[in-house]
Amino acid sequence: MGEVLELRALSRHYPAHRALDDLSLTISEGEFFSLLGPSGCGKTTTLRLIAGLEQATRGTILLRGESIEQRQPYERNVSTVFQNYALFPHLTVWENIDFGLRHRRGGRPGGADKRIAEVVEMLQLGGKADRTPAQLSGGEKQRVALARSLVLHPDVLLLDEPLSALDPNLRKQVRDELKALQRRVGITFLFVTHDKEEALSMSDRIALLNAGRLEQVGTPREIYQQPRSRFAAGFLGAVNWLNGVGVRPEATRLSEQRPTNACRVFEAVVESCLFLGNCLHVETVLPGGEHFVAELPYSDGAFQSGGRVHVWWRPEDELRLPA
Amino acid sequence: MTRPRLSSGRLRAMFLTPAAALLAALFGIPMVILLAYTFLTRGAYGGVTAPWTFENWQRLADPLYAGILWKSFAVAAAATLFCAGIGFPLALFIARSERHRSLYLHLVILPFWTSFLVRTYAWMFLLRDTGLVNSVLLKLGLIAQPLPLLYNYGAVLLGLVYTYLPFMVLPVYATLERMDRSLLEAAADLGARPLQVLWRIVLPLSKPGLRAGSILVFIPCLGAYLIPDLLGGGKTILVGTLVQNQFTTARDWPFGSALSMALMGVVLLLMLPLARKDGAAGGDLL
Amino acid sequence: MTSSGASVSLAASPMRTSRWLSTYAVLVYLFLHLPLAILMIFSLNGSRFTVWEGFSLRWYAEAFGDQELLESTLNSLIVAVTATAIATAVGTLCAYALWKRASRWMAAGLALSLVTPEIVMGISLLAFFQWIFGHFDFRLGMHTVVLAHVMFSVVYVVTVVLARLRTMDPLLEEAAMDLGATDWQAFRRVTLPLLAPGIGAAALLAFTISFDDYVITSLVAGVDSQTLPMVLYAMARRGANPVVNAISTLIVALIGTLILAAERLRER
Repeated sequence: MGEVLELRALSRHYPAHRALDDLSLTISEGEFFSLLGPSGCGKTTTLRLIAGLEQATRGTILLRGESIEQRQPYERNVSTVFQNYALFPHLTVWENIDFGLRHRRGGRPGGADKRIAEVVEMLQLGGKADRTPAQLSGGEKQRVALARSLVLHPDVLLLDEPLSALDPNLRKQVRDELKALQRRVGITFLFVTHDKEEALSMSDRIALLNAGRLEQVGTPREIYQQPRSRFAAGFLGAVNWLNGVGVRPEATRLSEQRPTNACRVFEAVVESCLFLGNCLHVETVLPGGEHFVAELPYSDGAFQSGGRVHVWWRPEDELRLPA
Repeated sequence: MTRPRLSSGRLRAMFLTPAAALLAALFGIPMVILLAYTFLTRGAYGGVTAPWTFENWQRLADPLYAGILWKSFAVAAAATLFCAGIGFPLALFIARSERHRSLYLHLVILPFWTSFLVRTYAWMFLLRDTGLVNSVLLKLGLIAQPLPLLYNYGAVLLGLVYTYLPFMVLPVYATLERMDRSLLEAAADLGARPLQVLWRIVLPLSKPGLRAGSILVFIPCLGAYLIPDLLGGGKTILVGTLVQNQFTTARDWPFGSALSMALMGVVLLLMLPLARKDGAAGGDLL
Repeated sequence: MTSSGASVSLAASPMRTSRWLSTYAVLVYLFLHLPLAILMIFSLNGSRFTVWEGFSLRWYAEAFGDQELLESTLNSLIVAVTATAIATAVGTLCAYALWKRASRWMAAGLALSLVTPEIVMGISLLAFFQWIFGHFDFRLGMHTVVLAHVMFSVVYVVTVVLARLRTMDPLLEEAAMDLGATDWQAFRRVTLPLLAPGIGAAALLAFTISFDDYVITSLVAGVDSQTLPMVLYAMARRGANPVVNAISTLIVALIGTLILAAERLRER
């Protein structure tokens, strides 16, 4: 498994602000790689730079070792699945999928029809090949967009927030399908999202971006459990902060009796205790006025509002991060 | 508790009445009169008399007049095609500009609103035997005799395209401007070169604009009178000039009315697709 | 920066406007503007032939000295002002009524008047007037011209004013009435003032259309009610006459100014 895509000091500057600044990243063959971050962090810009839809101000893009940042989008072997799918309304599903094959530099490849049939089958679009986009559901449109790109066997498939346009109920199912698809096809996926749950559940590795800069790269577990900045910690989940130390709510323990073998113990008053079904969401206030949230598995009973509790956690669950 | 007031229905009816009366009196009734005239006979000194007859409508089938109708169709169609061919790239240019779009649009439409007569005369000034084009060519020694640029169908076509080009550019621009950019990006992303994107994606999706523009150009060209009259002289007889002729020199009002009604019929037929799509009455023009 | 739809301009690289397209656009704009520009330049030509012989205002002097021209211009102005006043009033009220509730008949009628070829509209009015003459003692004259001009201008007024109304918040009138004003007062005190620029633009537009009309006017004008376009037409047909260049330039200057003013008002 070698490197398929490398970004070196990639930047996109505008007169008023820097959409992307000095991004360096390596993505391996067959990876499901996510770009995660709040809106405006530069993740979509990165995607568009790789696709060639925008020109970088500085930096290099290497696809399988070849520098491609000077090439036109139709000269790059990467393919984009757009957020709104961008299906051609005047063409049928079949013609949409056929589009890239028709415009190949060497002419339409010999086994094109077969390839299209295969990808139609794989994405469960059988029987819909003659329809136009207007006659498709949201989920079907997305699959056509995927098919259209996959049939070209790109080195990297770029996906721009593909789940955000879907019904929330559909999202989890499509998430699983996408992950399975990637495994099956083996193509490198570069996935852009602002939803941490999506990124965490689907990715082999995640790159966290903030305000145009790379915050951290790592596996989901690494980024979640060993965030290297307050931003990273806060973006991936909730954190309680106290004197430069952070503790996640699910690592925060509560007990009425004072725990005997713990070293980080604080007294607190319960503000509210909400039963969320699968957990108990308890908000407390420490003597110094700091708010601590604990998320406890339901079996730990209930806490009265106004009651006194002890808040404690294991030292290994601490996140020591500079402010 | 609001004070008792004029019911808005009555106020609205009052406001509508003058325009309705105007339309009825100065448009509706005249048209009905024309329609009636088509069934009458020409009077000795112009005007109409009894008896009632179908003769005028039958004359329309006469090869001479049918020929003129066909020629008018052909000229209008040619003008429309030229407008589409010339206007589409211009609309593309405007839609693609990042700045100054408003300026470019104004530069297209404002000339149309200055005097129609003057703009037509400008071409006479350029094209006549003693006109600028011939003078320059003669002076440069490129020709020995002045070229007969004026008083033919070519000049009429030129004048029509010159006048009605904005009517094609604006609707096409509107369609291009609304086009989903991500479609173009997707096409490029999938491997299509810029010209291929233009041909395979932009042009097909521009059809609504081209259709609207074509109707907006074809209809005035079909019924044109002043341009064929001035730029075509007596050498070009189209429907418009023919109709005018019947009401002045030829003094055959019933036949002129029949021609007019035929023309109106064609115009109405062409308007139907536009009307069904829009609902609103040609508000896009202005 | 989002990847979808409207926020990305068609001009974003790598699909920037090619130089060919820009050159082409320049050529088309030249095509659209040069003829008139040349005409206007040659109105200052000292020679009566199409060879340049130095600047001169003699054609303008000749134009201003021509009695027929001056009279017809006066007629044109009178007709235009009168027709504009009437058409603007009628059209504004009509637009207001249509704004409150659409009327398919009105809309159809107006649209029809817009697409009717001028020659047909002209002869229909001629037939109409002649028919009335048989019953009343009317002649063709300035009054028939004014009526005709009102007729074809109304649809333009309605279009412009209606477009302007559609940008107005309908709740404003309701607020006024809620506070105690009647329908009419709400219209007069709230809508009308806000509408004023639109009405102004419509009036200017109607004026230019009326001032410039030839086809319909020539059919319904009497022998003693020549308008400027009619005189101009006769001169143009007669042959090369540099005075026509001068008159044309003046007309373009006048109408051009009015149109620009109308555009300004429309954008306010």
